[in-house]
Amino acid sequence: MGELVKKKVRTIKVDIDKCNGCRTCEMACAAFHASPRYSSLNPYRSRIRMIINEQNDEWVAVRATDYSKAECDGRRTYTIKGREFSECSFCGTICPARDLFKEPDSGLPLKCDMCESDPPLEVPMCVQACQHEALTYEEKEVWVEAEEQVKPAEMELSLKSLIDKYGLEKLANTVARMAQKG
Amino acid sequence: MRYAETGYILEVDLSKGNIERVETDPRLTELHLGGQGTADRILYDRCCEADPFSPDNLLIFSAGLLIGTPVPGTNRTVVNTFSPQTGLHAHSMFGGYFGPELKHAGYDKIVIRGKAPSLVYLWINNDKVEIRDAAHLKGKGAQETARLIKEELRDPRVQVAAIGLAGENKVFVSSIEHSNSSASRGVGPVMGDKMLKAIAVRGTKDIYVARPEELWNLCLKHSKDIYNNPKVGDWMAVEWDDSFHHNNFAWGNARVRIKDYWSPELQDRWMNYTLSIRDRLQGCYNCPKHCHLVVKPPGKPRYILKCYGKDTWHQAAFKEIDFTFDILATTQEYGLDNYSTPQLIAFTIELYDNGILTDKDLPGFPSDTGERFYYLIEKIVRREGIGDVLADGVYAAARAIGNGAEVYDHNTMKKFEQLPLKLGMINYHYFLMYATGEKMNITQIEGSYPQDAIRDLEKRKEFVDNWLAAPRRFKEYYLRWEPRQEATIDESCNIVDWNEAMHYVDDAIGLCAFVSSFRGQFGGKSAYHIFNIPTYINLATGMDLTPDDLWQISRRNRNLVRAINVRRGMRRVDEAPPADHWKKRNPEKEQETLSAYYRFKGWTQDGIPTKPTLDKLDLGFIAEDFIKMGILTGEETECYRETSVNDPAGE
Repeated sequence: MGELVKKKVRTIKVDIDKCNGCRTCEMACAAFHASPRYSSLNPYRSRIRMIINEQNDEWVAVRATDYSKAECDGRRTYTIKGREFSECSFCGTICPARDLFKEPDSGLPLKCDMCESDPPLEVPMCVQACQHEALTYEEKEVWVEAEEQVKPAEMELSLKSLIDKYGLEKLANTVARMAQKG
Repeated sequence: MRYAETGYILEVDLSKGNIERVETDPRLTELHLGGQGTADRILYDRCCEADPFSPDNLLIFSAGLLIGTPVPGTNRTVVNTFSPQTGLHAHSMFGGYFGPELKHAGYDKIVIRGKAPSLVYLWINNDKVEIRDAAHLKGKGAQETARLIKEELRDPRVQVAAIGLAGENKVFVSSIEHSNSSASRGVGPVMGDKMLKAIAVRGTKDIYVARPEELWNLCLKHSKDIYNNPKVGDWMAVEWDDSFHHNNFAWGNARVRIKDYWSPELQDRWMNYTLSIRDRLQGCYNCPKHCHLVVKPPGKPRYILKCYGKDTWHQAAFKEIDFTFDILATTQEYGLDNYSTPQLIAFTIELYDNGILTDKDLPGFPSDTGERFYYLIEKIVRREGIGDVLADGVYAAARAIGNGAEVYDHNTMKKFEQLPLKLGMINYHYFLMYATGEKMNITQIEGSYPQDAIRDLEKRKEFVDNWLAAPRRFKEYYLRWEPRQEATIDESCNIVDWNEAMHYVDDAIGLCAFVSSFRGQFGGKSAYHIFNIPTYINLATGMDLTPDDLWQISRRNRNLVRAINVRRGMRRVDEAPPADHWKKRNPEKEQETLSAYYRFKGWTQDGIPTKPTLDKLDLGFIAEDFIKMGILTGEETECYRETSVNDPAGE
């Protein structure tokens, strides 16, 4: 057991009963992460997506979490207030089973980074855009082990997915070739 | 790069199976903005005299100019064509998610011509567009169709607009259904005639705006303001006290007013019932309001209820709200319009009760009005027996049935079912809006100017001080408007012009009337108005419009619709509200007001835009057509009254 240290954890809580289905969170995320900022308003570039099934009154905002090259069996279902939900309705994994959280042009994974920027946003943009408070921002301090593994950053995620797609050797060769060309 | 719009339309010829992506002329955006404005230009240029059921007639789905931008409340898809019921321009639109998806697929519009040889649906997936067989969807409900298409395409994010059985059978009161919204007033039967069961769209492209950061920050703040503004949105979904519609609107076939219908006991009972079947309140794309009820009545599938459909069914059937919730589960799947269908059925019941229709026409007709509604719906959507006659709407059905049935058609105008409103004293600006409005429903025409004067002058002054939406002259009219006093003819002309102008703006940019043009009249606090809309358009598109420029575009679009209908034969004689709309009429003053309004608009005394009017609106080509066709002589000198938002009230 390593030493315990205090760490600030930032999260976005989702109250699915409050959601009105406007999908502004998607637009807000895409806009904030566009370069130049706000220049593109494409929900398909968003790192938060609405899982919607109208017949099931299912409106769930899901943030992209980790990248996985394999899909899970996805067979678990949950019944909540008489409505059946698939596990996928709450899952933020960037997996091959669905085309959520993938950059529409490149197919590379898009992960929620809580709008970390310089200067940082006090509250992530999707939360600011959600008038119904279906999304709320929360900061809390938790005790964690000091040598906790550092989560991979976005570029690392992208590279990992490229390795999965093309293989490490091919990718390394390409990078080397590009580096030579300057 | 084009800002706010994609700059492309999708041209689909269902007869030939031809699909083209066509770049549009940016000059047309400057002239008409987009949405209905540019759609009407296509209708005028390409098929102005087409028979509604001919392959030449176009069915146009337009995503408004600002759809897909951060401007909150812009999500309306406008559907335009020629209506088989009226023979005139058809205007209808729906919210939800379809328009934004279409924009992201890279198109501002879908223009559909021709007729498919068998039932098909259109699948738009960015640049890949296919006409697909829909034999397996024949007879399916509108939402069921949406579900099946999403399953078939293995993509839950596809947005679908579909017709139900009523549309397939070209029932005139049928609708196009999408998610929480629908389009009606003649567009459903045309989609059915084209053998187009549905349009499915999926888009993943970017939409760009001219000044992103400024627009985003402004919209983020505006979204909060709209959320906090109780005077905007459709509060029917959340307001438990609905005494206004129940005590004032007519029940049955627009016949009976029950002035003391509403009671606290009823309110409680209806509220408790609604809450017991309600899953949530729901909204449209990029709008902070929640105007729709997601409900699941016992034994019925879950659906999303929109707008005034919450009242129309039980009021037409003399029933209570549970009847409405139940029947909507059926009618929304069949794709029937919530405004005209209840009117049509109540009219039929009157014919039966008065011996004009008999058991021979309606074998086994039940005695309970509720059961009669279900009975007639089945006949109408299948065009079975008398249903085939009724499916053409009240006006045509009354004439086909004859035997005195015409008398019971007392609430149509320009052959179209109107809201069941029967009032006492005539109000001349409402007379004008009914008479000359070409969007066929008063809710699509009224909205900016309050319906009543505030009795207390101090309170009226306070209201006017906070009335951001109103150009100066309307504030002055309102200050001098004493209760029960009529507006002057000149005031009436200006008020109607303003009311209409705002709707024409909304329908071009895709803004929902519930946060804009319809919402000034109750409390004066619409979120969008002639003064702030240009800012949003300018930041999104890079244009440089002033409020007066915007009004001028709206005037151009309004005259374009008038010109289309004039070419289709509409004249002054058609501009008459139902005879019993007001108990007390004054035909002389009505006609005097109408004449003055035509002069104000720069139209002839037959309601035709003149050459000077058309020339000044950059619509000179229409004047040339009219002169060639003998509609105008070219000698007419009348021109529209030039106004500015800064004008004082005058006399």
